[in-house]
Amino acid sequence: MIKKLFAAVLLVFMAVMLYQLYSNITEKSGLSEVARGYAERGASELGTQNIVTSIVVTYRGLDTLGEVSVLFIAATGVAVLLRRRKEDEPAVTSAKRQSSEILQTGTRLLTPIIVMFGVYIFVNGHLSPGGGFQGGAVIASAVLLLFLSDTNYKINHGLFNIIESFSGAFYVLIGILGILLFGANHFLDNRILPLGDFGTILSAGAIPVIYSLVGLKVGTELASIIDNMKKD
Amino acid sequence: MNIIHVIGFILMLIGFWGMLTQKNMIKIVLALAIVETGLQLVMVAFGFIKGRTAPILDSTELVKGAADMIVDPVPQALVLTAIVIGVAVNALMLTFVIRLYQKKKTLSITEYKDLKW
Repeated sequence: MIKKLFAAVLLVFMAVMLYQLYSNITEKSGLSEVARGYAERGASELGTQNIVTSIVVTYRGLDTLGEVSVLFIAATGVAVLLRRRKEDEPAVTSAKRQSSEILQTGTRLLTPIIVMFGVYIFVNGHLSPGGGFQGGAVIASAVLLLFLSDTNYKINHGLFNIIESFSGAFYVLIGILGILLFGANHFLDNRILPLGDFGTILSAGAIPVIYSLVGLKVGTELASIIDNMKKD
Repeated sequence: MNIIHVIGFILMLIGFWGMLTQKNMIKIVLALAIVETGLQLVMVAFGFIKGRTAPILDSTELVKGAADMIVDPVPQALVLTAIVIGVAVNALMLTFVIRLYQKKKTLSITEYKDLKW
């Protein structure tokens, strides 16, 4: 009882604190100087239709590289913590119940479509809402569906590791290519490839390439997180 | 202040309440995920400007007058990052929960007194 009361008091303090922050909100009437610069230059300078993508992949590309690294480190941490130890008692091998036929048939029907949709999302990241992270998450959900429908399903670790390593390495290489071609201030510059026609799928220079690599990397990483968590 | 700010505020308080009162460690992780969701909603709502459209320039008028017709794209890019980091943090926390459960076969946080004084 006293703990609940204590929690309630803390919660009231938290609400008051947040409300203090809220009371300073004023209705925005225009973009800030930074956002205005991105909005005005994004289309002509980088050839992206989606301004958010131009910020995430190019203007703030280094942050995105860091973000991918954080996800990679988290996936590694999950794998290290959940790896099978020899001294652990062997997992109880009670016979797992087969999934229903509806789920199995639905999985066979839907998995290719879900993977294709994920690829569509990250290939169109510079034109429409979406991008590498979202597309990767969709692809990982297809792997989750495979795990749900077949209790003995195993992912091909060798293939996944190769895809993940190569996409990460190529992402960094594309960034370094910008430095080599244009100078020190151009890490992850997307103009190493021709910008193409504005609004078509082969436009915005290296952004579709980078987002495809990010999508593959995120998809395989999330899939291996799922795989590690379901092992027992 | 609009409705999304209020929803984000309420979600954050629900999440904090869950973290303070729940005993099940999985529920505590989920409560933190709810706080994250509320915070992300608030952050996106900060970039909203009344009467403007999404920052996707799919017509020629939008390309010409982008700065006066789109909402702020910077918080949206920031939230994209925050969501991914949130997923990574949640996955790692759930992993800790799994490991702790394998050691002691219980999810109740009151059973873990090793660091308590």
